[in-house]
Amino acid sequence: MPTKPDLTLDRPGDGAADGVVDTVVELDDLSVHYQLAGGALARLFGLGARTVKAVDGVTLGLRRGEVLGVVGESGSGKTTLGRALLGLAPATAGSITYRPREGRPRIVSELRGAALRRLRTDLQMVFQDPSAALNPSMTIADAVGDPLRIHGVAKAPERRRLVAEALERVGLTPADRFLGKYPSDLSGGQKQRVVIARAIILDPEVLIADEPISMLDMSVRAKILELMLGLKDDLGLSYVYITHDLASAKFFCDRIAIMYLGRVVEIGPTAEIFAHPRHPYTQALLAAIPEPDPDRAVARDLPRGEIPDAAAPPLGCSFHPRCPQATPTCGWESRDLRALLEEHWTRVHPDQYAAERAVIGDLGGLDAPVTSVELGTGGAQKVRSILDRARAENAEEPLWQGVEAVEDAGSGVRVRFHPGVDPALRRAGGVDVACVLYPEDAGE
Amino acid sequence: MSALQHPASDAVVTARDLRVWYAGPKGPVRAVDGVTFEVRKGEILGLVGESGCGKSTLGRGLLGLLPEGAARDGSLVVGGRDVLSMSAKEARRLRGGELGMIFQEPLTRLNPLMRVSDHFAETLKVHEPRLPRKEIERRSLEALRVVGIPPTRFRAYPHEFSGGMRQRIMIALTLVVRPAFVVADEPTTALDVLVEAQIIRNLHTLRAEFDTAMLLITHNLGIVAEACDRVAVMYAGRIVEIGDAREVFRNPQHSYTRELLRSTISLETDGLHYIDGAPPDLVAPPPGCRFHPRCPDAMVVCAQRTPADKVLAGGSRVACWAAEERAGVSGLGPHESAPLEREEIGVADEA
Repeated sequence: MPTKPDLTLDRPGDGAADGVVDTVVELDDLSVHYQLAGGALARLFGLGARTVKAVDGVTLGLRRGEVLGVVGESGSGKTTLGRALLGLAPATAGSITYRPREGRPRIVSELRGAALRRLRTDLQMVFQDPSAALNPSMTIADAVGDPLRIHGVAKAPERRRLVAEALERVGLTPADRFLGKYPSDLSGGQKQRVVIARAIILDPEVLIADEPISMLDMSVRAKILELMLGLKDDLGLSYVYITHDLASAKFFCDRIAIMYLGRVVEIGPTAEIFAHPRHPYTQALLAAIPEPDPDRAVARDLPRGEIPDAAAPPLGCSFHPRCPQATPTCGWESRDLRALLEEHWTRVHPDQYAAERAVIGDLGGLDAPVTSVELGTGGAQKVRSILDRARAENAEEPLWQGVEAVEDAGSGVRVRFHPGVDPALRRAGGVDVACVLYPEDAGE
Repeated sequence: MSALQHPASDAVVTARDLRVWYAGPKGPVRAVDGVTFEVRKGEILGLVGESGCGKSTLGRGLLGLLPEGAARDGSLVVGGRDVLSMSAKEARRLRGGELGMIFQEPLTRLNPLMRVSDHFAETLKVHEPRLPRKEIERRSLEALRVVGIPPTRFRAYPHEFSGGMRQRIMIALTLVVRPAFVVADEPTTALDVLVEAQIIRNLHTLRAEFDTAMLLITHNLGIVAEACDRVAVMYAGRIVEIGDAREVFRNPQHSYTRELLRSTISLETDGLHYIDGAPPDLVAPPPGCRFHPRCPDAMVVCAQRTPADKVLAGGSRVACWAAEERAGVSGLGPHESAPLEREEIGVADEA
């Protein structure tokens, strides 16, 4: 492995200067890895099963009374992180600690069975799709009262009173109008209110809300966020708000953690993140939001490509293949060379593609992540001239900085890249950011 | 109004008083209820509105892709031909040839057992049976090149591509037969924000390369501002405002357009706004202006008479009494323009 890890700070994004911080949930170097089952043949020959690092060494704390946003694209691990907080996804390394207002701290990642179920009276979840989160054959009264029944909190008549109270709390008034209804009788916004009522009925301390408004109509999204803000103040809740939508996070959250491919790449106070986004990924996310303002166009220099395969992440910084500001040591490798050639071929005439493809030959040799790779079968000089043409097309392409040497080898060339650095979260100004552009606190 | 009666000669699609309805358990659902508009050659027209406003039904209605039991009425002219009086066979020939559709979820539209190259061959052969193999490959690779898919992936299977690439392939597959008009129904909703931005940005290039007019259906007003030349705002089966996208966003005339813009959460949001109540039942919509029960500007007349389409000073066509009143062209008496006493809308009566 050519990438060298470096040191991590304790609980990033907390703002060490604040002194003692009252955290209600703490993640310490949390990892959730999944083994991919290989095919029967692979197992037979003992070939290594692939591992997806859905969450990979995340350290952060949820402060009492705050809304912490976890923002990222699909595949960033944000949903897995939310599920792990509730013990719904097993931690493969690291720990999650819940510190209730009263009583002893509990290590969520070690709880099993009944103890884990009891945790749900304190930590609850609001799901993305309210239609899928509600049983279509259960009345609203039964659905909202179900947690009471499961945890044996109240007898039937008392349960009915608590259910009515919870419904009124979330704005479903008069509750009598809704108690006997089924989910199919309600609108999307009303269903999400029912899901929220069910989540707060056990009087929890923490709500994990995974995209709670993304399935709702524009006209009610603000209303549901307003409801959640009201509940937070009235019931003394803390929220983890998981979303892909930076605009709602900007409005809703006190602090924001930006995730990319299982890692937190930037974390800090919302105002600071939006005023001075530091990580190139954060900057890209902000620039990509289409605003309903005809005078503001989406930026031209957006990252290309998509979030990479988590089972075979890029070397160095996971974001480097898409990063417009990548440096020579960001982890350039064989697969980036393949992507570069393919992109080059979308620009050239089909005849030129056919000729160049014959010189380069099979691209399969570039698929294993290495920093030194042989390329081409049609002669060193010809391969070099193809690389030169690709380079001439776009000299700004950051990959070229990462090339240490191109040497003649076999019937082609050997391309050697600089070894990459896998950046850890480090303090930069008011936030923590994992990017080589911010080597240490410049004391802003 | 003259622009409406004599559609511009460069209109690819002209709909006049178009209606689409289908059977529901409580009676006919009037999903599209008398819309009049045109799509001009090479333009991107945005169509926005809340879910259930009829925007998807309108998009499918234009192409005749409606479920069994749905009916169309009014007039719909595509490329100079009356579509509603066409035989099923003629309509099918028109679709895919001159008309195309891009769907929200590309994976469900691509056959997992067919290579990308086979998808293109099949599409091209249906519409241009005499095309030689070499030419099929040339046209396919050219379409893929424009959407940024490398030729090295031409013989790959759909599952070997990421979500964004699949949607690019779908777009290339729709455009390769060079349709005059394409309906794109939420084409980027299933994609991540960075990929969405790439594709939206790409739409302008595509329009120029393929000379295709497009109806872009979306709930995302930001995408309309980014990609569209004009925008139509739909509410309860009707187009309530249509005009130049910049003008509509800068000076929304219809109260619904203004409230929809205000309730969108954007980076500029510093306070929460929303529209009370829910869109009406399309089986029995309210009388007068259909937005009046939720409208903060509602006057007495709004609950009684349907506002007519009027072209106002900024060039937008609007059906709104309050907009007419502001422009001083309503001709309403003091009794009719008095504020409407509204029933209280419950907090939870929402969309």
